[in-house]
Amino acid sequence: MLKMKYELTEEQKELVAIAHQIAEEKIKPLREKYDEEQIFPEEIIKIFGQSDLYRVFIPEEYEGLGMGVFEMALITEEISRVCGGIALAYAGSALGAYPIILFGNEEQKKKYLPKIAAGETIAAFALTEPDAGSDAGAVRTTAVKQGNKYILNGTKQWITNGGYAGIHSVFASTNPSKGIRGMSTFIVEKDFKGFEIGKKENKLGIRASNTSELIFNDCEVPEENLLGKEGIGFRIAMKTFDQSRPGVAAQALGIAQGAFEEALKYAHQRKQFGQIIYSFQAIKFMIANMAMKIEAARGLVYNTAKLIDAGEKETAGYSAMAKTMASDVAMEVTTDAIQVLGGYGYMKEYPVEKMFRDAKITQIYEGTNQIQREVIAAQLSKQVSRLK
Amino acid sequence: MKRLIVFIKQVPDTAELRIDPKTNTMIRTGVPSIINPFDMYAIEEALRIKEKWGDTEVIVATMGPPQAEEALREALSLGCDKAILLTDRKFAASDTFATSYILSKAVEKIGDYNIILTGKQATDGDTAQVGPGIASWLNIPSITYVKKMIEVKSDYAKIERLMDYGYDIIEIKGKFLMTAIKDLNEPRIPSFRGKMAAKKAEIPNWDAAYIGAEDKNIGFLGSPTRVVKAFSPPPKQGGIKTEGDDIETAKKLIANLKESHLI
Repeated sequence: MLKMKYELTEEQKELVAIAHQIAEEKIKPLREKYDEEQIFPEEIIKIFGQSDLYRVFIPEEYEGLGMGVFEMALITEEISRVCGGIALAYAGSALGAYPIILFGNEEQKKKYLPKIAAGETIAAFALTEPDAGSDAGAVRTTAVKQGNKYILNGTKQWITNGGYAGIHSVFASTNPSKGIRGMSTFIVEKDFKGFEIGKKENKLGIRASNTSELIFNDCEVPEENLLGKEGIGFRIAMKTFDQSRPGVAAQALGIAQGAFEEALKYAHQRKQFGQIIYSFQAIKFMIANMAMKIEAARGLVYNTAKLIDAGEKETAGYSAMAKTMASDVAMEVTTDAIQVLGGYGYMKEYPVEKMFRDAKITQIYEGTNQIQREVIAAQLSKQVSRLK
Repeated sequence: MKRLIVFIKQVPDTAELRIDPKTNTMIRTGVPSIINPFDMYAIEEALRIKEKWGDTEVIVATMGPPQAEEALREALSLGCDKAILLTDRKFAASDTFATSYILSKAVEKIGDYNIILTGKQATDGDTAQVGPGIASWLNIPSITYVKKMIEVKSDYAKIERLMDYGYDIIEIKGKFLMTAIKDLNEPRIPSFRGKMAAKKAEIPNWDAAYIGAEDKNIGFLGSPTRVVKAFSPPPKQGGIKTEGDDIETAKKLIANLKESHLI
């Protein structure tokens, strides 16, 4: 009853078991310190790499395991159950790699994907700017072609894994007059001339994840590092999000699961008025509600991920639903988990206050939940003519 | 090619072993099995030596019932190259003397090697005798309680061995056996590809006849020691706590010690 069983393959079960072992044995002992001091988990990334976890979302031809969004989500959920911040060192690399997986040509894939698969380096996705958040088309970073190079200028903000990633999928405008149709995507290596790491953010939650500014100062990018062709950047971003949103949903789901388990455990240990607090209806109903919400979200997340892997075309709406529902559930469950633990829950000695802080971002990034509802509504509207 | 042999034991995964008072044996039902935690450090060290040396084969072996194969598969998933299961009804009831004889016969059957590694002791029997026992049968030196490998080459090693107060630095030439303690390293997590390959690996079963172990040296007959009685010792009781300010607690403490005729 702690978690509903799904029919996982032998391979999927092994992946979950490995992620579970890493989370319990390697991440749990250091999550509090890494959160407190905002330490980036470089040694954990090494373990993810050695255990083949980064290979999961990379195609077999490029030294990956050629598995799908579902497996990536299962792993992300299992790590997030223990630390939603450190999970981003995993899932954030998938987000940075998807543009190359989906739109890269043979040479680009050959050059970059094996390194990401081995965990030799991680990837980052750089779209957001100070004035381009939900309005992703308002990107001001420019890319001007000069000979066989593109010269990038501008600043990206709040980039996950920024400062540690070796490979970045960067969105810049090759034709500002065309708006979103003028946006293009480039693969930018950390060592490219004119690429700089800016300010490191100090955040409410997911503090073990690095969030940085990236500055492009006449950054020279070889023309062969353009993904697809000029002008399809917005499409690349949207297609990437369709793949990656179940990852954010899984992160939220894992955080919620972790908080629920803490609350359930605590409610059976804590005694007040001579009995465990789980014996009080006010407490146990709260926990029963947590379990129900999580199971409902999990069904939506898993099924969406499986639909994407099955090659289903119209998944944008379901991806948005999964991300929105799971992140709203994560916020509700972590809030209630603190309530169940009472004063102790508010203290840093117990992990639920961290889970609560980590949960909040899942309602915001990779499209706020308000934008997600726009996506869902737009998808629904497309279908209205089918109703009689 | 160089070769490392690691001996492991499958033990029940529990810190609190329960003893059946009637049979004087451990209650194993319902308790999952794991690789003896100290053996995990031996496996990890062997893998690290292999990574350092290159061109090295790591063979992991255990003596036990057929289900001990699970422990061997786990060792394979971590990166060991081959596994051998020593299994025979005749091995049953072997004590540490007979067990180390059997394992030494397995070493002879495997052939040449550079180092034999094992955990300092198993968490079920806690004897710490089998490792040095194997070395005795093979007539090679053994270094127990290894906490650090300062240098390790195919025919020379410099090793820190934990002692009651501090540690020894030992230099050794030629083949030897070492037993690992917790300080030695941090065992790795298995890789996915390692796990999948380990599932399919063929693990040969070697019996007494195959390794040339003589009947008089194995099992009940070959075991000079007998377990007369096994019991769970009563859990440690909490000590006496004195409370109050420094002077007050010191006075109470002295009074207590006097009362108990300790001072």
